Amino acid sequence: MAEMFFTALVHIFQPFNFLFMTAGVTLGILVGCLPGLTATMALAILVPFTFTMDAIPALMTLGGIYSGAMYGGSISAILVNTPGTPSAIATTFDGFPLTKKGMAEHALVTSAFGSSIGGVFGALCLLILTPLLASVALKFGPPEYFWMAIFGLTIIATLSSKNMVKGLIGGALGLMISTIGLSPIGGDSRFTFGFYGLAAGINLIVALIGFFCIPEVLAMVEKITKERYKIAEYKPKKGVPLQVIKELLKKPILLLRSSVIGTFVGIVPGAGGNIAALVSYSEAVRWSKKPEEFGTGVIEGVAAAETSNNAEVGGSLVPLLTLGIPGAPPAAVILGAIMLQGMVPGPELFTKYGEITYTFILSLAVANIIMGFIGFYGSKFFARLINIPVNYLAPLIVFMSVIGSYSIRNNMMDVLIMVVFGVIGYFSRKLNFHPGPIVLGMILGPFAENGLVQSMLMGRASGSIWGIFFTRPISLILIIMSVISALWPFIAAWRKNRANKGGLETNA
Amino acid sequence: MRRNWSLILLVVLLSVTLIAGCGGAKQEEPKKEEPKVEAPKYPEKSITYVIPFDAGGQSDVEARRQQPHLEKSLGQKVLIEYKPGAGGAVGWTELTRAKPDGYYMTGMNIPHIILQPAQRSDAGYKTEDINPVAIFQATPIGLAVLNDSPFQTIDEFIAYAKENPGKITIAGSGTLSGHDIARLQLEKYAGIKTEYIPFTGAAPQLQAFLGKHTMAILANSNDLVQHKDKIRVLAFGSTERYEVFPDSPTFVEKGFDMLPSIDRGVAVPPGTPADVIKTLEAAFMQIANDPDIKKQMIEQGFVPKAMGQEESKAYIEKTKKQYLEILAEVKK
Repeated sequence: MAEMFFTALVHIFQPFNFLFMTAGVTLGILVGCLPGLTATMALAILVPFTFTMDAIPALMTLGGIYSGAMYGGSISAILVNTPGTPSAIATTFDGFPLTKKGMAEHALVTSAFGSSIGGVFGALCLLILTPLLASVALKFGPPEYFWMAIFGLTIIATLSSKNMVKGLIGGALGLMISTIGLSPIGGDSRFTFGFYGLAAGINLIVALIGFFCIPEVLAMVEKITKERYKIAEYKPKKGVPLQVIKELLKKPILLLRSSVIGTFVGIVPGAGGNIAALVSYSEAVRWSKKPEEFGTGVIEGVAAAETSNNAEVGGSLVPLLTLGIPGAPPAAVILGAIMLQGMVPGPELFTKYGEITYTFILSLAVANIIMGFIGFYGSKFFARLINIPVNYLAPLIVFMSVIGSYSIRNNMMDVLIMVVFGVIGYFSRKLNFHPGPIVLGMILGPFAENGLVQSMLMGRASGSIWGIFFTRPISLILIIMSVISALWPFIAAWRKNRANKGGLETNA
Repeated sequence: MRRNWSLILLVVLLSVTLIAGCGGAKQEEPKKEEPKVEAPKYPEKSITYVIPFDAGGQSDVEARRQQPHLEKSLGQKVLIEYKPGAGGAVGWTELTRAKPDGYYMTGMNIPHIILQPAQRSDAGYKTEDINPVAIFQATPIGLAVLNDSPFQTIDEFIAYAKENPGKITIAGSGTLSGHDIARLQLEKYAGIKTEYIPFTGAAPQLQAFLGKHTMAILANSNDLVQHKDKIRVLAFGSTERYEVFPDSPTFVEKGFDMLPSIDRGVAVPPGTPADVIKTLEAAFMQIANDPDIKKQMIEQGFVPKAMGQEESKAYIEKTKKQYLEILAEVKK
């Protein structure tokens, strides 16, 4: 093992390999920060090129892109309130308010540092704990997915503690949007109104672009009264990166918790960085001493989201390398690349092809460190993007929104859907609906629906539908977590109440 | 200085978006070619090869394998583009509406192009409008259990199912899809009743099966080959025994008149000129008959096929008849 480790390091730091990986990270960041261009797409385009390469540089490049894209998504989330990838949804909650406060660089450095920590943590888990964690992935059957979706939905309670009713309406709306198109089980068309294009359903990324980009642009345009209005002024300050990192290092529990959540969610096949980041954000709010400050622009919020979505990368590769089951769409493309190299996922990867596999895993950790450096030195340049006057910036964002939503599925229908969602998003923002719950509903709807129907079919075969939902150990844990999470606002209020009383008594 | 930085970034971002976002439409410098002896008119520009699924699937793997060979024999760039949605229906609808000039072709899957229009009036296209050029790859469907399953043979499986109707759970992909039809055929010929649990693709289906959430699986050959150490294939959907699973009987051997399989090929819009189709057919058939490519396909769990236009048409017609019969029985 130690020998393997050493050989792996030698491979990673070979100039050719290292160069390719760094190029991969850079390309990943670029692709990630442009909404509509996903890591999956970048990987799919590059896989044929890697075919002519040796397995090691090929996999290292792909790993670099995957990691880079996870971080890149946060750049546009922070600067213009538009998640570049679905994984960066939760990053907008605090990242954009920071930008508005003129602290864009703080947010960007936080994101880079958090991503780095999370990414390295995820890669190390993959390196050390893979055999152990692989069994967890298989324990997740349809009932567990159903309860996971229910637990995910309870996050609404923490996301919208200020207005629960609007949060619940938003969540329900999101769930309903997720049912548009062909039903995953049964195959019936739902809510397509005769448009064959709608049968494909509402793509999450298309909806995100509409939901986040368009209202932001409209808000910008509304405010143009002065000749050169900007979203926010960014004035470069010296020493921000170090200051931010020092502050983050004071919060090891936050970083550790987010990394663990990210890795764990990654292991569950199908649950991606978006869910990881939302859960991690919600937990950060829950355990914070000042939960009310979240959403107004605190670096903890950005750190929680970004740490966990990069930790998810390592996690999602666990079922891939051990079982050949891709945990996330980009991992599916990496599976294709591994097989093109003549390797088959499974125990052989860790014995016969051990040198390649361990190099790949370690290179993920190194890629995340490179990414950290790019973020550390690059943030002050990225941050200057918002100094572009709105009369240039607004058309630029609209331009990217149209291209991005088209390129997801090469379909004009998606551009229309994006515009419709933009209008809905604009008005819902006017009515003070938080976009979080709606998006959460859209993400979790399919998990809940598939899990429910598949579990019922399984229950019918085993003779007890109730038994299948309530007697499996992981399901029970998820049920208990859901109950606690849903009741949390009441628990929090009660604790606060008690603390206040206690305070009064000692004062008296 | 500050202004410059922003502008440079802006320009870079814009160009990257354009290049990446419109990658499919990008015209690359044509390669220098030696003048061909009797240079045919078609093709004169790059050809778009649409995959109606996400990147990384079986159709994509095959298209990527063919791409360099196609470019060599056609002398033009072949651009692969993804148009996923509704199990392929979005891509096929676009195909039937595309310009029939030979510069637009789409991967096609059987039985998808038969089952979708048969089930839904709003599928967007008709089976007859899919104009096949060639069929080159198949993944026969096999019935498998995990190694530690009590079922050693298909006979034991059927005997158990007869005693316990509706107790055996089988994981498959999609409702009234290739897998589901295979299940219906098995139920019909063996006289059994099972509980079919549809998943939304190969990955979740395999995960549920490997995690013992279902007792059996109906899966494509490449997925079965990938997991061959962990599973026992009880019966397989090819005409003869498959060389990767020499001990597994075919359904036909067991007296079941079924050849469940997902077959992949390529099609052009209706009305495409015959000589254009001939050129494309020749290019695809040349690849399909290449022994090295065949060998590579078998290693990955695919079954190579080489059906030209006429043969493909006849095959689709025959399969359609069979499948519509089954569908009609289900609806009863």
